[in-house]
Amino acid sequence: MNLNELSILSLYSAMAVYALAFIAFSVDLAKRSAAVSSAEATTAPGVAGESSAAGAVAGGTTTLTRISARIANDAATPYGRSSSLRIGVSLTVLAWGLHLVAAVLRGIAADRVPWANMYEFAMTGTLLIVTVFLIVLTRTDLRFLGTFVTGLILILLGIAAVQFYVEVAPLPPALQSVWLVIHVFVASLGTGFFALGFALSFVQLLQFRREERVDTAKPGRLKFLKTLPSAATLENLAYRTNIIGFILWTFTLMAGSIWAERAWGRYWGWDTKEVWTFIIWVIYAGYIHARATRGWRGSRSAWLAIIGFAAVMFNFGIVNVFFKGLHAYSGL
Amino acid sequence: MSRPSDHIDSQPAPAGDGITQPKLGFVGTLRWFWRQLTSMRTALFLLLLLAIAAVPGSLVPQRSSDPNGVTQYFTDNPDLAPVLDKIQAFDVYSSAWFSSIYLLLFISLIGCVIPRTKHHLQALRAKPPKTPARLARLAGFTTRTAPAGTDAAAAVASARTLLKQGRYRVALFDSPREFSVSAERGYMRETGNLVFHSALVGLLVVVGFGSGFGFSGQRVLVEGQTFVNTLLAYDSFNPGRFFNDTGLDPYKLTLDDFQVSYETQNLDAFGQPLDFSALVSVTPRGGDAQAGKVRVNDPLRTGGTSIYLLGNGYAPTITVRDPQGTVVFTDSVPFLPQDANLTSLGVVKVPDGLAEQVGLLGFFYPTQAETTTGSYFSSFPDLTYPVLTLNVYAGDLGLDEGVPTSVYNLNTDHMEPLATRTSDIKPLELKPGETQELPNGLGSVTFENATPDAAEGDYSESVPRFASFDIHHDPTQGWVLLFAVLVLGGLLTSLFVPRRRLWVKAIEQADGSVRLEYAGLARGEDPALESAVAALADRHTTLLERSNPAPKTADPA
Repeated sequence: MNLNELSILSLYSAMAVYALAFIAFSVDLAKRSAAVSSAEATTAPGVAGESSAAGAVAGGTTTLTRISARIANDAATPYGRSSSLRIGVSLTVLAWGLHLVAAVLRGIAADRVPWANMYEFAMTGTLLIVTVFLIVLTRTDLRFLGTFVTGLILILLGIAAVQFYVEVAPLPPALQSVWLVIHVFVASLGTGFFALGFALSFVQLLQFRREERVDTAKPGRLKFLKTLPSAATLENLAYRTNIIGFILWTFTLMAGSIWAERAWGRYWGWDTKEVWTFIIWVIYAGYIHARATRGWRGSRSAWLAIIGFAAVMFNFGIVNVFFKGLHAYSGL
Repeated sequence: MSRPSDHIDSQPAPAGDGITQPKLGFVGTLRWFWRQLTSMRTALFLLLLLAIAAVPGSLVPQRSSDPNGVTQYFTDNPDLAPVLDKIQAFDVYSSAWFSSIYLLLFISLIGCVIPRTKHHLQALRAKPPKTPARLARLAGFTTRTAPAGTDAAAAVASARTLLKQGRYRVALFDSPREFSVSAERGYMRETGNLVFHSALVGLLVVVGFGSGFGFSGQRVLVEGQTFVNTLLAYDSFNPGRFFNDTGLDPYKLTLDDFQVSYETQNLDAFGQPLDFSALVSVTPRGGDAQAGKVRVNDPLRTGGTSIYLLGNGYAPTITVRDPQGTVVFTDSVPFLPQDANLTSLGVVKVPDGLAEQVGLLGFFYPTQAETTTGSYFSSFPDLTYPVLTLNVYAGDLGLDEGVPTSVYNLNTDHMEPLATRTSDIKPLELKPGETQELPNGLGSVTFENATPDAAEGDYSESVPRFASFDIHHDPTQGWVLLFAVLVLGGLLTSLFVPRRRLWVKAIEQADGSVRLEYAGLARGEDPALESAVAALADRHTTLLERSNPAPKTADPA
């Protein structure tokens, strides 16, 4: 068995463990809903717990030194320790380890960075999404996003393994550049932040709808939302995640321009991939603007973050494969 | 901060209370229009419109990046293409509608940046504002009791020192029983924001006007050939609007050798190129030749230009003789590669010297192989078993009408096929060094072997290679890079430097003790504000305790 076959084995193992982690995170969401139901049963009028918690938040002028602390206090229904959540995180870490081994082995097998075609880019890009998620977890409790992250990774890795797989091949002269290392790596890292930002914005929208329903005393269906941070907190978190992504994306664009100048003799030529990188940049610039525009902060800007990430996925999955252009590195 | 009125940090406009607005005059209308254009909402709308307007350029081929694709599109969609062309769909990024969006966006941007810059320059000189009367309403509000014996004014003075060390701008305020320090930091946030937006404007100006001063040109060189950097020596030349050809530095560029290497070990990537290197020598005017190398991703910078390696292929040396053996044509003819294994297509035109005008349409296979149907293809891009086949046509080459024709195309409309796959005489087939008679006794054609002394069966250097170079000159690239760096730097500071105000207040209580109050105010995104207030309170009280040690309680013994 050669290194590439070991890499594939490791990648499939990682996918299996991600699937288990996905199950554990899903069980956790179900438990959250159950916890909310029982909390509602004990405090007879369903909305009472909600309003008192909201009151605590409004009057919360006490010193909160950590963001995580603020989040814990922010949820409408406090949710204690959860074994399935811990299992989910542990499995994600294990799967991440296998995933990392897969990427490193592929790199050694090919004798270069493991992101020179669609298959490798998908493998390393998803690895970075999980890495960003795990690093953020050490600072802020975003474990409730576990289902989203592991689910997204499973889908992307599944497509990569089935549709994008190519054998190890040497780098063609067009990709023999230090900018392959910098430009593509930073782009994937930015994608990792955008993915988290997308998830946070999505949950923010759900939470916003739930909070609206609370005002009109209509019961919602997704009960676990009550154990998650408020829409305002989620929106702050999403913003912070997305601006890091935006900065990395700005750098990607510039590094790409420098590389384009070295490779093709012009720093910008409206190649299809350049066009979409530009579109994504403008959408996220719009997102940041929207957040500073009265009447646009909140749900409207959240939609822009979601559209932005959809464009990122489109740029990766559709533009690379189906659009004609100079960035023809999919290897397909 | 002099933001547009609909910025989230500015005060909402007072709600209309039923009073009829006075009619706007001409100036008033202009002013209203200007306010609309520079509002956040308009900027946002234009940004999103820009994103949408950029999409069609990725769906339809563009003349700027894919001219052949446009031609093909016209052939494939004869009805739709002219309609799309009317709305500039093949030139989206220079179209009137795309340009108007980004120009409006930039006018809106400038209209927003100028008043903010003015305001910021004032703020940079101004003192921090007066301490609010009630700090309790502000973020991170913390109270402490100063150690006994602390003087309120001295406590505030030490807080001032602490804040100054933290690079805050400070101002002291005092009233009879209250002393306070007001501090502000993070002016760089707004500076960065303004730099970011101004640099974007700079980028647009440089890209828009600056590129007009440069040029790009293409030139094909066969191994051994020399090119002199003058206007006429280019195969194609695209000057910018303001380009003046007296600016060309006439250096000489010779392609000495073109080296290739292809994958032969890894069967999954067999024949994939590993490296292309053009070994050249450059002779500046009045100087000595210097060796240089041009590779993909590694241009050669010389004489104010950058030389890029664009493509490469084979240039078989073909000699045509008349029946008496006199040479009427001999040249290394660049053949255009048609596939990854370099099956190449080339044309030889012999207008004079033979009984008729003769055109040769050649296919070159660096490593010839045969399909089951008998047609040839190349199975490897390097010279393992090179074969040249030539279709022979005689008649009118169409060169006499004075209409420019491509050297890579043979128009056979007025020519008779003498040797083709469908005619009686099959195409001529030659290996390096071989000669064949042309049909009808027109003469002979030779496929020259560049290394006639090589060992039997070694064809590795038998056919010269050509390299196509792209030569660019863009005097504004340095400016573009500078503005790009400013954009990134401005963005980083504007998003990560927190702009915040902190206040420390010392109040003398009736019992003689001193009550300390701390609070902060975020101006823009500032997640660490509350911890900053807490840290300040901790450090300040520690400092006070150190300078006013609590009196030791008397020993009970």
